[in-house]
Amino acid sequence: MPDQVLTAHPEHGEHHGPGPNTVFGFWLYLMTDCILFATIFAAFAVSRHQYAGGPTGHDIFDLKYVGVETALLLISSVTYGFAMLSAFKGDRSLVMLWLGITFLFGLGFVGMEINEFSHLVAEGHGPDRSAFLSSFFTLVATHGTHVTLGLVWMMTLMLQLAIKKPPLEGVYMNRLMCLSLFWHFLDIVWICVFTFVYLMGV
Amino acid sequence: MPFLGRLTWADIPFDNPIEMGAVVFMGLVVAAVLGVVTYYRAWGYLWKEWITSVDHKRIGVMYIVLALVMLLRGFSDAIMMRTQQAMAFDNHPGYLPPGHYDQIFSAHGVIMIFFMAMPFMIGLMNIAVPLQIGARDVAFPFLNSISFWLTAVSVGLVNLSLAIGEFAKTGWLAYPPLSELQFSPGVGVDYYIWSLQISGIGTLLTGINFFVTILKMRCPGMTYMKMPVFVWTALCTNVLIMAAFPILTVTLALLTLDRYLGMHFFTNDLGGNQMMYVNLIWAWGHPEVYILILPAFGVFSEVVPTFSRKPLFGYASMVMATVAITFLSFVVWLHHFFTMGSGADVNAFFGITTMIIAIPTGVKIFNWLFTIFRGRVEFSTPILWTLGFMVTFTIGGMTGVMLAVPGADFVLHNSLFLIAHFHNVIIGGVVFGYLAGLAYWFPKAFGFKLNETWGKRAFWFWLVGFYVAFMPLYVLGFLGMTRRMNHYDNPAWTPWLEIACAGALLIMCGIICQVVQIYVSIRDRKNNIDLTGDPWNGRTLEWSVSSPPPFYNFAKTPVVHALDALEDLKTRGIVQQRDEAYEDIHMPRNTPAGFMIAVAAAVMGFALIWHIWWMAALGVLAGIATLIWRTCDDDIDYWVPASEVARIEGEHLERVEAGRATVPGRLFEVAGE
Repeated sequence: MPDQVLTAHPEHGEHHGPGPNTVFGFWLYLMTDCILFATIFAAFAVSRHQYAGGPTGHDIFDLKYVGVETALLLISSVTYGFAMLSAFKGDRSLVMLWLGITFLFGLGFVGMEINEFSHLVAEGHGPDRSAFLSSFFTLVATHGTHVTLGLVWMMTLMLQLAIKKPPLEGVYMNRLMCLSLFWHFLDIVWICVFTFVYLMGV
Repeated sequence: MPFLGRLTWADIPFDNPIEMGAVVFMGLVVAAVLGVVTYYRAWGYLWKEWITSVDHKRIGVMYIVLALVMLLRGFSDAIMMRTQQAMAFDNHPGYLPPGHYDQIFSAHGVIMIFFMAMPFMIGLMNIAVPLQIGARDVAFPFLNSISFWLTAVSVGLVNLSLAIGEFAKTGWLAYPPLSELQFSPGVGVDYYIWSLQISGIGTLLTGINFFVTILKMRCPGMTYMKMPVFVWTALCTNVLIMAAFPILTVTLALLTLDRYLGMHFFTNDLGGNQMMYVNLIWAWGHPEVYILILPAFGVFSEVVPTFSRKPLFGYASMVMATVAITFLSFVVWLHHFFTMGSGADVNAFFGITTMIIAIPTGVKIFNWLFTIFRGRVEFSTPILWTLGFMVTFTIGGMTGVMLAVPGADFVLHNSLFLIAHFHNVIIGGVVFGYLAGLAYWFPKAFGFKLNETWGKRAFWFWLVGFYVAFMPLYVLGFLGMTRRMNHYDNPAWTPWLEIACAGALLIMCGIICQVVQIYVSIRDRKNNIDLTGDPWNGRTLEWSVSSPPPFYNFAKTPVVHALDALEDLKTRGIVQQRDEAYEDIHMPRNTPAGFMIAVAAAVMGFALIWHIWWMAALGVLAGIATLIWRTCDDDIDYWVPASEVARIEGEHLERVEAGRATVPGRLFEVAGE
């Protein structure tokens, strides 16, 4: 045990060279984010049949459309995986290429979600229609906001890699790793959204 | 939409003399502080050494200053309520109209929990935890700065509500449907939402930060079962923060969506469910009370052995009791609303889990008692607070077990009995604990002790004042008086409320003693100076460095071989030498980014409260831009050369030797043999 403590110690700061603290801290943040989503899922579970005379999931969900949306996000997770493999090889331009592809898939996902929302609102099925729609919009949009912030982060990282041309180690490797965790985490959350909201809702 | 959203001149309460008086007073205090800083030309110093600081000790001090200022604010609310209730019987309306009175009790609860107790607790953690585990800073010093400033700007927002607009009239947890737009159309609930949301994010970041710090940055040899109990309680508190605060974030966010986008989570119509809010807020709220009390238990576990000159009795059971309370705190939330009508089985389950919490808490009380038993107890201020706590908290715990009986709760729910109970555990536990911690660690943070005479006066006023103020509330609860009443017509209540008011005045004397104590201690600091860094003959690592500690904490990373690491070093006669070989030390640079991000968050919050959408967008963009700017900055750390470390340590050792001539340094009496 003391030996483990010895090896764990030299890190003391998020920017003090490469090390596990940043990734570990970020992973903990993701766990708190997981509780955040769990709470919204709980609110959705309470409200999911409170249609208040408005539309049900069966009336408004288009599974084919959401299926394509889901595919975009899942594929973006795969392409991010390729970005990480390139990062391990130290190939910066390949990392940027894969990040760019991931970014486009993510953008497509967010675009499709915004399109779905705007159609629902235009048809009078907005979040103020019923408790069911409130919780549906909140849950899906919380995920969508996360993806959007992930895209901002990805763009920042690509620009930093392009302009500063840093070696792929230390701080930048940590950032790629954290964004990777974030991206895959959002994928898992989406699988739950797809299952509990869309598949079980129609 | 007008340029400034809902904001107009009519939102400044010119017509309310009490509020205006408070605003003018607040303005004068702020002006006085700014004036003093300008007079001493201290702006540069303040900016470079404090506002931009990422040093956990400085951040800890700022947290505690914030907490003490808010203690004054929260207490003024308290004394206004007590005087109002002592006056407002029969045909006397008192001096506070209902709308103002409602804001006062809401602000009192919010301020005392979120902006007094939480910053105080996090401040103590900041000062003590890294030093106790032999670390040079927390895991993420920059995040620590963000956390503090997010809390500080939220305090700013709450106080701003006094001058511009209003505060919530809903009680400290803002239950819907009262807090919905339909019944609270003003900005009060919005001030509530955004100040808690912004400070809540700061608290969550603190939770992650200290959890990683404690798990990953302990010095060599400090295994889990060699950690000081305060570190254990801090660890459990941070677990609770990470698990509970996201629930608060979501709960407030859903209420926000109801209010801002017309959604129906908690409304009366279109499928909303008010009880969902109550469940969610208490799923956060009950762990929250353990977030507050566990570190207080930790302080007592440091104070009792130090001033009894004995190791803590039952260390392992203390740790296990702490962990048990951590788990149990998540399965009791429903006892806050037995009257919801969940049925006998559900109520029985939560009643029993609630009572079970009394067992690990009892274990702790006995451990402290057995530590004191046959110890050579020195009756200093920290130990007085501890003794006061043990008696008071036990009484509060017993009334808690009474309330845990669902049948009894149906009668006592929402009555002053409940108010008496939770003040009994929060003042008797949390406040006494943090004040003990303040007296205990003050010399470590500032290099001189607090005046003992005034500290003891403060303690006795607080203790007696507490009993006089809150025991009558138990009686009033049995007499059927409900909480949050602006006026009443039952003459039997009046004498008890007058006694309670007298108790609040006694507590006020205690607070005045504390203000005098701080003034006298600073004035006479040369008489109370701590040259050795070990004023109490302490047992843990924070007392092995100078007071205040050098910014890098430890010139050499300590190696721990036993529980009570410093006591172990003292018994083995190991002492810092003049000619130690030091190495360069890696430290983070100060940065204004944390402060700037928090200011951006405050702008966003203020704009959202008043529906000034362009300004809200500006705040969000400024915050994100600052964060990105910060990530582009690669020059964020530096090395302290070994020669500089040797110089600082040499000066410390000289002071220690000078101290041995005047003040007998206990560390060196023992270790120098």
